[in-house]
Amino acid sequence: MTLKYPSLDWDHTIESWGKYPKSKSIVCSLGSRKQEFSQSVQGVEPELSYLAYGRGRSYGDSCLNDGNVLLSTEKLSRFISLDAQTGILKVEAGVTLKEVLDHIVPQGWFLPVVPGTQFVTIGGAIANDIHGKNHHVAGTFGCHVKSLELLRSDGSRRVCSLTQNQDWFKATVGGLGLTGIIIWAEIQLKKIACPWISRETLRFSHLDRFFEYTLDSDSKFEYTVGWMDCLSQGAQLGRGVFFRGNHLLLKDVSEIKVKSDKIKTFPFNAPEFVLNRFSMKVFNTVYYHTHPSKKAELVHYRPFFFPLDGINHWNRLYGKRGFFQYQCVVPFEGTQSPIYDIIETFARSGLGSFLTVIKTFGQKPSPGLLSFPRPGVTLTLDVPNEGKKTLRVLERLDEKVVEAGGRVYPAKDARMSKESFQNYFPERAEFEKFKDPHFSSSFWRRVT
Amino acid sequence: MKILILGATSAIAEAVARKIASQHGELFLVARNGQTLEMISQDLIVRGATRVGQAVGDLTFQEKYTEWFEAADHFMKGIDVVLIAHGTLGEQRELEKDPDLAFDIFNVNFISAALLSQAAANYFEKGRRGVIAVLGSVAGDRGRQSNYFYGSAKAGLDQFLEGLRNRMFLSGVSVVTIKPGFVSTPMTAHLRKNFLFANPEVIASGILKAIVKKRDIVYLPWFWKYIMCVIKMIPEFIFKRLKL
Ligand SMILES: Cc1cc2nc3c(=O)[nH]c(=O)nc-3n(C[C@H](O)[C@H](O)[C@H](O)COP(=O)(O)OP(=O)(O)OC[C@H]3O[C@@H](n4cnc5c(N)ncnc54)[C@H](O)[C@@H]3O)c2cc1C
Ligand SMILES: NC(=O)c1ccc[n+]([C@@H]2O[C@H](COP(=O)([O-])OP(=O)(O)OC[C@H]3O[C@@H](n4cnc5c(N)ncnc54)[C@H](OP(=O)(O)O)[C@@H]3O)[C@@H](O)[C@H]2O)c1
Repeated sequence: MTLKYPSLDWDHTIESWGKYPKSKSIVCSLGSRKQEFSQSVQGVEPELSYLAYGRGRSYGDSCLNDGNVLLSTEKLSRFISLDAQTGILKVEAGVTLKEVLDHIVPQGWFLPVVPGTQFVTIGGAIANDIHGKNHHVAGTFGCHVKSLELLRSDGSRRVCSLTQNQDWFKATVGGLGLTGIIIWAEIQLKKIACPWISRETLRFSHLDRFFEYTLDSDSKFEYTVGWMDCLSQGAQLGRGVFFRGNHLLLKDVSEIKVKSDKIKTFPFNAPEFVLNRFSMKVFNTVYYHTHPSKKAELVHYRPFFFPLDGINHWNRLYGKRGFFQYQCVVPFEGTQSPIYDIIETFARSGLGSFLTVIKTFGQKPSPGLLSFPRPGVTLTLDVPNEGKKTLRVLERLDEKVVEAGGRVYPAKDARMSKESFQNYFPERAEFEKFKDPHFSSSFWRRVT
Repeated sequence: MKILILGATSAIAEAVARKIASQHGELFLVARNGQTLEMISQDLIVRGATRVGQAVGDLTFQEKYTEWFEAADHFMKGIDVVLIAHGTLGEQRELEKDPDLAFDIFNVNFISAALLSQAAANYFEKGRRGVIAVLGSVAGDRGRQSNYFYGSAKAGLDQFLEGLRNRMFLSGVSVVTIKPGFVSTPMTAHLRKNFLFANPEVIASGILKAIVKKRDIVYLPWFWKYIMCVIKMIPEFIFKRLKL
């Protein structure tokens, strides 16, 4: 939901993108980048904890602070500067990636890393240290943040970068919003010639082929990602469609008309019977068969990167009970990868996933202490919430991920256990030194 | 477009300014908070504004009016549009008890807005062209117990602009009265939000359209025209019994 201006009501029921769990918070708002912290939270009882809230595009409860205060960054919406020579953009943390792209693309710049939706804020992108289809070459969003300003609940402000307040910088990138509020950031943009992507589509009949494609493509293509039918098993285990693309280098195609960006809205929460194993099987099968391999074609960057943004509130498809997203990363090890076991376990579990995505993460390290990406293969499942049964299966996947030395993405989590979290993120002890004592989240209370 | 915005730190005015900036317009901004004005100017430059000038001052300082118009005219080499956006809602209960506060409400919402509109008309008259867009409010359409200080100031402004529009008609200068319904801005921060609240961006699109089309009176969003039409039809003997 989009938040309105500050209000000390308790009636704000806040949902994250997965619509699970539900939570209630007092919502305050930062008035501007110069406003003192104490002014933003005037009238709030001192024992409550704070958490910054961007656009709530995280899936689980890492952007929720049930029974406590959310600080909306909606009004931190101003650009500060754009250096046309160096491509360094300085913006307030509540600006969305969409606003940035709409503005910079016509000037020949692009964001160094984008996720699967453009409706996230700069602050959210840094706090979760997000990754995109180019992780294998570009690393995470945090790799391209030159500096940021951090405002703490004690009113102190710090400009942080790899050379100044370095340890604060590392804790804040991927710091899940727990080190304080990011007020503004400087991002290194990258040059592009036009808004177009040259995309190739390759259908693969088995997971083995995915690994062949990705090995072959990652050096030649900036963007690679696989969509997978996670319900097929046996000889067709992990069949899917591999997409790879590069920014088009030509300038003279800027004339091509883009179909209007009219956004449709999913009107209501779908009833629970709509998404079941059968309908998901049909969808996945149809998707597979309607995406034959194709030679290079031109697509605009929006449908290439943000295919789901065309429908507002598509998460309502999952009904009132919401859904889980499960994203893990495990070491690569080619066809020996533990990912085979994980996919097989899920395919046999009786659960379904509407959209499953598989991708390789590259070697480029992130500056973030708690950042999720590690070299390896990452798998993302969209699983409707069917209560206990779903939780049991995801718990079983966790056991396998722990065993494989992998980890699960907090930005998308609503259920991992304390033990799993400790296993996935041993850096937590070091991180605690930088956590703001008055900041917390539903996620943090759950896993610590 | 070359626009002079008076009350440029208003959330609605800022939304309008962003749209003009992205169309590479030129802007001259006047507001009383210099720090906010500076942040807005930086933002508009990055968003594509060709140039952004500014002056800091309280809009009730009449001595400054000529100076601002001259500065804007000089900075942009002419003015196409003047947008008057400042306003304060006030706390009705306090206004009932404190005539000084009440005077300020009239001064900000009616007197200064009316005199600035007149100053704009005087500026445009020689050139026989120009658009003066002023933020009124649906609150000016009917007196209500919950905010009749603010409401009557906006009602007075409404009638002033009607007269001014009439006066300027033959000079080719347009006067656009904008009457928003509820908008989510700092002015309404304390109010409980419902489905009738619009975002400043939506209102800003409507304002720009009204300026380009040189409309006389616009309700924003459009449905407020019909809501207010119904509210105006309620006979007074019933209206006075309603807790509005
Ligand atoms: C359709 C879809 C596709 C996605 N694809 C990807 C993907 O490909 N890769 C990926 O990595 N993620 C992906 N995500 C997840 C999303 O990018 C992240 O969850 C992102 O952080 C959400 O940003 P937000 O602005 O909505 O922040 P929120 O969800 O509101 O908050 C996220 C976290 O950031 C913190 N935060 C927000 N603003 C600030 C601030 N100013 N200062 C300090 N902390 C702050 C919050 O406290 C919270 O911990 C996707 C999400 C969706 C809905
Ligand atoms: N929000 C609504 O629901 C609504 C509905 C109908 C009409 N309107 C009208 O729309 C206009 C814009 O309001 P808004 O919603 O954008 O509210 P806003 O963000 O609170 O803006 C009001 C602006 O008026 C400025 N101001 C007040 N007195 C001033 C003075 N003496 N000198 C200089 N500036 C002064 C304020 O400056 P500071 O920031 O320095 O205080 C503020 O920037 C107002 O005329 C309002 O009456 C609003």
